Amino acid sequence: MAAKKSTRNKLTEDESNASRRDFLKKSGLFTALALAPPSLVMASEKKWDEKIAEYLETVPLSLEVNGVKQNLNVEPRTTLLDLLREQLHLTGTKKGCDHGQCGACTVHVNGTRILSCLTLASMQQNAQVTTIEGLSKGKKLHPMQEAFIKNDGFQCGYCTPGQIMSGIACIKEGHANSREEIREYMSGNICRCGAYHNIVDAITEVKEGGMLS
Amino acid sequence: MKNFQIIKALSSGSAVSSIAKENSAMFIAGGTNLVDLMKKNVVAPDKLVDITALDLKKIEFLTAKTSIGALAKNSQVAEDKAIIEKHPLLAMALAAGASQQIRHMATVGGNMLQRTRCSYFYNTDMPCNKRVPKSGCGAIGGSNRMHAIFGASDSCIAVHPSDMCVALAALDATVLVEGPKGKREIKFTEFHRLPGNTPEKDNTLQNKELITSVEIPNNNFTKNVHYLKVRDRSSYAFALISVAAALDIQNNTINDVRLAMGGVAHKPWRLTEAEEFLKGKTISETIFRQAADLAMKGARGYGDNDFKLTLGPNAIVEALTIASSK
Ligand SMILES: Cc1cc2nc3c(=O)[nH]c(=O)nc-3n(C[C@H](O)[C@H](O)[C@H](O)COP(=O)(O)OP(=O)(O)OC[C@H]3O[C@@H](n4cnc5c(N)ncnc54)[C@H](O)[C@@H]3O)c2cc1C
Ligand code: SF4
Ligand code: FES
Ligand code: FES
Repeated sequence: MAAKKSTRNKLTEDESNASRRDFLKKSGLFTALALAPPSLVMASEKKWDEKIAEYLETVPLSLEVNGVKQNLNVEPRTTLLDLLREQLHLTGTKKGCDHGQCGACTVHVNGTRILSCLTLASMQQNAQVTTIEGLSKGKKLHPMQEAFIKNDGFQCGYCTPGQIMSGIACIKEGHANSREEIREYMSGNICRCGAYHNIVDAITEVKEGGMLS
Repeated sequence: MKNFQIIKALSSGSAVSSIAKENSAMFIAGGTNLVDLMKKNVVAPDKLVDITALDLKKIEFLTAKTSIGALAKNSQVAEDKAIIEKHPLLAMALAAGASQQIRHMATVGGNMLQRTRCSYFYNTDMPCNKRVPKSGCGAIGGSNRMHAIFGASDSCIAVHPSDMCVALAALDATVLVEGPKGKREIKFTEFHRLPGNTPEKDNTLQNKELITSVEIPNNNFTKNVHYLKVRDRSSYAFALISVAAALDIQNNTINDVRLAMGGVAHKPWRLTEAEEFLKGKTISETIFRQAADLAMKGARGYGDNDFKLTLGPNAIVEALTIASSK
């Protein structure tokens, strides 16, 4: 009984969503919204009351991303992943599952690897964030990036930024002393192409070469 | 995700008072469970109180006990040298949970309060008494491979998914909490509860109390311990069944023993009867098997999870065997 009831409610909700979407599409508003940067939606064109509403719904956030200081306004619900990708246009960090289950969104915060999809940006005041874009020095790739290329550590490449961020941390944490240990401590990074063997090769090579001091 | 207000608490007192008055306000620590649940609209607080700045991250070794702050990270505890030496069972259980990235974010308090992984609980289109009281239970008669074999009710057959908590239950830990009415202590084995006809309550916290620390009394379980976790893949998966086994052995005789299981009940499941049986006995596979049979008394399957009735006793014997041969 209960199951049926809730399914029926859901259907009506979906139907009404669908018609709302239709309306938005027709009115052209949908495209406008999709193109606008999420937080400061063309602030200059906004009316006063809208500005106040937005001000009340966002919080100021200062943090450093790849060595660059950023002063932003974010909605409390914005994840660090969405902040990086949508507001800062750093799309190297990938959204795989958005629920902590794949590791594609792995970045370093204050030197520690974490999942940016389960991290609220509003809780990262003054944090130092490093993403895949922050690894190379000018045109010179990071040793882990080099090693992934050399060892064919990827196929489609979607999981690769997360794997590389995690691999660097894995060595720095002291968890890269054997292939088994690397596999265990890299288990939070799923690769649908199954490049695991070569990923372990790449991490082993960087570790044994002492390329991370 | 619904938008919400967020504030940062600078003291335990202000954290407690800032959520006490507001119905839908919640604490947030690592966020690894709460943010996920909010994305799926399973919970939708109007206000979050960020407790990560509170001074509750320390691990301290006192004369008779070890004290672990509620905001200590799962990886911090799992890799603490003195914890590995004094409470290796806890370190093993923590290292078996989630992934290193998640362990770097997850806190001890948050781990205790993580919600069940029952898929009906997570799906707001489905009936679930834990999420919406009196809406029904999708898992009874539904898909229930991960579910309970002990202590379940007609309202809910979910399990508590934590690994850490299984070790803490075995080690006779105590939970220290602070609420609007002051501070109190709760025995770890009484912290989580059975579902009865109020499965919406996972634990015995009242009035949104803040967990401040967990204490483990000193013990002799430093060598012959094992945390066995059986799961669908060898890492980064929740337990189908887990067993925490700690033995204090002298000349092949069991001086003292602790046994607890995960993935089998709405709370970490202490096997007290099996423990009593094993005390004073000489180690052998036969007595481990007898203890396991005792432990399984009263177990029942719900269909998909019937395999746990066989896996359970085998896992107990295996964990005891590995622990005793270390
Ligand atoms: C993909 C994935 C796999 C996982 N695998 C495992 C596993 O194998 N084994 C395992 O044990 N766990 C596993 N977990 C769960 C993980 O351990 C928990 O999500 C984590 O421990 C929660 O801690 P947190 O600090 O992030 O809590 P949060 O998400 O911040 O909070 C969780 C709850 O606790 C409350 N809370 C937090 N701290 C306090 C406090 N001090 N006092 C009062 N209330 C508080 C919050 O209000 C919230 O309701 C997994 C999680 C994910 C996402
Ligand atoms: S087992 Fe519990 S959590 Fe799962 S659907 Fe039933 S009531 Fe909900
Ligand atoms: S996108 Fe964060 S873990 Fe999958
Ligand atoms: S390279 Fe395709 S997912 Fe890993």
